[in-house]
Amino acid sequence: MKVKMLSRNPDNYVRDTKLDLQRVPRNYDPTLHPFEVPREYVRALNATKLERVFAKPFLASLDGHRDGVNCLAKHPKNLATVLSGACDGEVRIWNLTQRNCIRTIQAHEGFVRGICTRFCGTSFFTVGDDKTVKQWKMDGPGYGEEEEPLHTILGKTVYTGIDHHWKEAVFATCGQQVDIWDEQRTNPICSMTWGFDSISSVKFNPVETFLLGSCASDRNIVLYDMRQATPLKKVILDMRTNTICWNPMEAFIFTAANEDYNLYTFDMRALDTPVMVHMDHVSAVLDVDYSPTGKEFVSASFDKSIRIFPVDKSRSREVYHTKRMQHVICVKWTSDSKYIMCGSDEMNIRLWKANASEKLGVLTSREKAAKDYNQKLKEKFQHYPHIKRIARHRHLPKSIYSQIQEQRIMKEARRRKEVNRIKHSKPGSVPIVSEKKKHVVAVVK
Amino acid sequence: METAPKPGSDVPPKKDKLQTKRKKPREWKNPESQRSLSGAQDPFPGPAPVPVEVVQKFCRIDKSRKLPRSKAKTRSRLEVAEAEEEETSIKAARSELLLAEEPGFLEGEDGEDTAKICQADIVEAVDIASAAKHFDLNLRQFGPYRLNYSRTGRHLAFGGRRGHVAALDWVTKKLMCEINVMEAVRDIRFLHSEALLAVAQNRWLHIYDNQGIELHCIRRCDRVTRLEFLPFHFLLATASETGFLTYLDVSVGKIVAALNARAGRLDVMSQNPYNAVIHLGHSNGTVSLWSPAMKEPLAKILCHRGGVRAVAVDSTGTYMATSGLDHQLKIFDLRGTYQPLSTRTLPHGAGHLAFSQRGLLVAGMGDVVNIWAGQGKASPPSLEQPYLTHRLSGPVHGLQFCPFEDVLGVGHSGGITSMLVPGAGEPNFDGLESNPYRSRKQRQEWEVKALLEKVPAELICLDPRALAEVDVISLEQGKKERIERLGYDPEAKAPFQPKPKQKGRSSTASLVKRKRKVMDEEHRDKVRQSLQQQQQQQKEAKAKSTGARPSALDRFVR
Repeated sequence: MKVKMLSRNPDNYVRDTKLDLQRVPRNYDPTLHPFEVPREYVRALNATKLERVFAKPFLASLDGHRDGVNCLAKHPKNLATVLSGACDGEVRIWNLTQRNCIRTIQAHEGFVRGICTRFCGTSFFTVGDDKTVKQWKMDGPGYGEEEEPLHTILGKTVYTGIDHHWKEAVFATCGQQVDIWDEQRTNPICSMTWGFDSISSVKFNPVETFLLGSCASDRNIVLYDMRQATPLKKVILDMRTNTICWNPMEAFIFTAANEDYNLYTFDMRALDTPVMVHMDHVSAVLDVDYSPTGKEFVSASFDKSIRIFPVDKSRSREVYHTKRMQHVICVKWTSDSKYIMCGSDEMNIRLWKANASEKLGVLTSREKAAKDYNQKLKEKFQHYPHIKRIARHRHLPKSIYSQIQEQRIMKEARRRKEVNRIKHSKPGSVPIVSEKKKHVVAVVK
Repeated sequence: METAPKPGSDVPPKKDKLQTKRKKPREWKNPESQRSLSGAQDPFPGPAPVPVEVVQKFCRIDKSRKLPRSKAKTRSRLEVAEAEEEETSIKAARSELLLAEEPGFLEGEDGEDTAKICQADIVEAVDIASAAKHFDLNLRQFGPYRLNYSRTGRHLAFGGRRGHVAALDWVTKKLMCEINVMEAVRDIRFLHSEALLAVAQNRWLHIYDNQGIELHCIRRCDRVTRLEFLPFHFLLATASETGFLTYLDVSVGKIVAALNARAGRLDVMSQNPYNAVIHLGHSNGTVSLWSPAMKEPLAKILCHRGGVRAVAVDSTGTYMATSGLDHQLKIFDLRGTYQPLSTRTLPHGAGHLAFSQRGLLVAGMGDVVNIWAGQGKASPPSLEQPYLTHRLSGPVHGLQFCPFEDVLGVGHSGGITSMLVPGAGEPNFDGLESNPYRSRKQRQEWEVKALLEKVPAELICLDPRALAEVDVISLEQGKKERIERLGYDPEAKAPFQPKPKQKGRSSTASLVKRKRKVMDEEHRDKVRQSLQQQQQQQKEAKAKSTGARPSALDRFVR
């Protein structure tokens, strides 16, 4: 008779001293782990609920301006510095880690229409309603020195926007036409225009640095080539675009913030159809900025909220609002892709977290592992109805909520009429136009 | 045995066009052609082979099921997921090397029948620690005993018919509590850990602490005959004389469902550990399967000619063993066809049945206990020859294999006996699920995590992986509703639009010709498909008609 009994030596399973780690032998056999799918589902449900519990995105409000904040600019090398221009001509430089203002400059008489930093971070440019372009030093004036611009350029018309080249000592302003300036000259090296309209904003492409995009009040977006000093092509939309922003990761993608409550992501090579139409705002979209990852962007709107959209989806994943925040004029995503700053009508700049339930600071390895596991679970089970319902739920202020209901009824009515028109006419006579193509009027080369 | 796929198949060599200096193309290292300085070659090139059955054990995706009308993007994503699952199952199969313990075994020499080997011989032949696991508690005073091991296999609770209830750590023989509840005890169960006991007393259900303090008396569960605890749902299922099957959620203390089984007195109950379905045996020979979500049984299986005396389900949920008043012991296949796989006539009917973690089946017939074993872990026990037998000092009233140990606990009218059954227990436990060597801190952490991931009772159904399947019905319904709402089908193929070509190739005539070509092609495809369908239908009709007996009216059939 050959016999062997299962006998375990407790020394192999129990720790030697109180100071040792506990021993946890693992066996991944599925029969020892029954109900895998329901247990994971419950864990995903808990993870989604906890994400909503810990979603507290508001960090700080920077107080100091005496009039509405009109424009924001990021420091290219320093994460903690941000510049803002107000409607009374004041420019302030803030330190985000200490949450205070480190410098104040009375830059212009009238609005500060645009502000941009030089790529090296040593100076910045401002344009204002007093038809001047001023260049200032980033470090403050020394002891006993007056606050004076490095350089002032007097123009003939009002400039409405400014943007600096990402690599060369060149900047562009817009007003009646788009001017490209060399920093050493007082006259623009070239002026480009297409049509008789005023241009509201201009942006350089961060990847293909010779490309520029601008938005005109003629409801069009014009793309320029700086090397050839000519406009390339333009796309005419239904309503006016307020600003555009280029995707820092994809060279040819840009997003336009439009007055018809939508944002349009275009591929520069094929402007006839937008890649995606982003619909979630209930009032004009005033500003848009991309995250440095190139996967998401944030938009500021005249309805008093800011929304975060993924590039490939047409609905927002997050909405931030506060009772105290009125019409949001400008928004920026910080260069470490973790925070969002917005400047609004009521003289405050607010700092928010990009991921509302993220824990800030250094995480231990166990915290990181738990966070990654929960993230993967939420992704895996995101389509289940109960989990989707909880993940999607956001509190909205009454004004926005009632506007959404109203606009939904209006859209439904329009769609129903369209469907009836198609049904009761000869098949093929009423063309079915996709939602994307509806808003583009024409593309001109 | 099958070799696992080799990494890094032939990658075409890259040629750098800019750097003309580099003349030789870059080559990927081929492990087979690598020679060391001494000229020796690896006698076992490539990664180590992994046995196929072990890899199969870890595969969870059913590759034969296809999604109807899925898009190319979905299909490509599923392919990627399937490839990933293959890789991970191979890795998991490799990790089996790290399992420390081997299962026990008992083999007779030279055709010796293992059934003739008695417990005393085994105790002599085995080491001291294992020999100490065999003990007899002589408790004749307080009636026949029923027993239950806790989920980790470390603690044992038993209750005698005359009210004696005790809980102890049977490995160290340390008594936790011993009380007399002054009432008949019909069944006893540990709840999720060794801290709480449920005792089905004569009138009501009582919950005790492991120190013997009575915590709850649940009057809604009256005249309970059998108890079962579903560990992952924290549900205590009670079968009563009144014919009701009641599910009590012990984490919140609410009765989740009280189902009327409509079959008279409920005496025989067992749970399926794979899908948490309760099996009830009835006096008309049927076994019904219950879930708290449904008022009707999920299934009813006709098992025996007379009443069903005992039911047991194995840990993988594949086999169900039943014994009836007709002296038959049958093993049914629970996954797929609910047909009996093997039958055996017993001289006395078996009143109690239990499965071990490794698939051994024990039957208690009077005061004799028979154990049958199968070939491997996945096969059903073969009922030809018993593996072990033992005679006890009184008729058997309760049977359970100790989890993770080679021990069978028997409750009889003379007390409790712990028998040695080599090869019964799972040798390698998972420390995060049930760890017999856990400390107090580990138990507390485990309890919190288990409560957090408690599965809701509505998810109990015959297939525990049903939640992972695509809900095809809702998907199709949603598609229909969308088409209705929009007025057109957004996923339908758009009509062919010929692309305008340069150099005069885009005149009206050529556009019309191109359109015509595509339309003709589609038409031909349609005609081919319909012809094929017609042919298939004809074949089926022929097959049907040749099978049936020819009748005079056949001439009128088209």
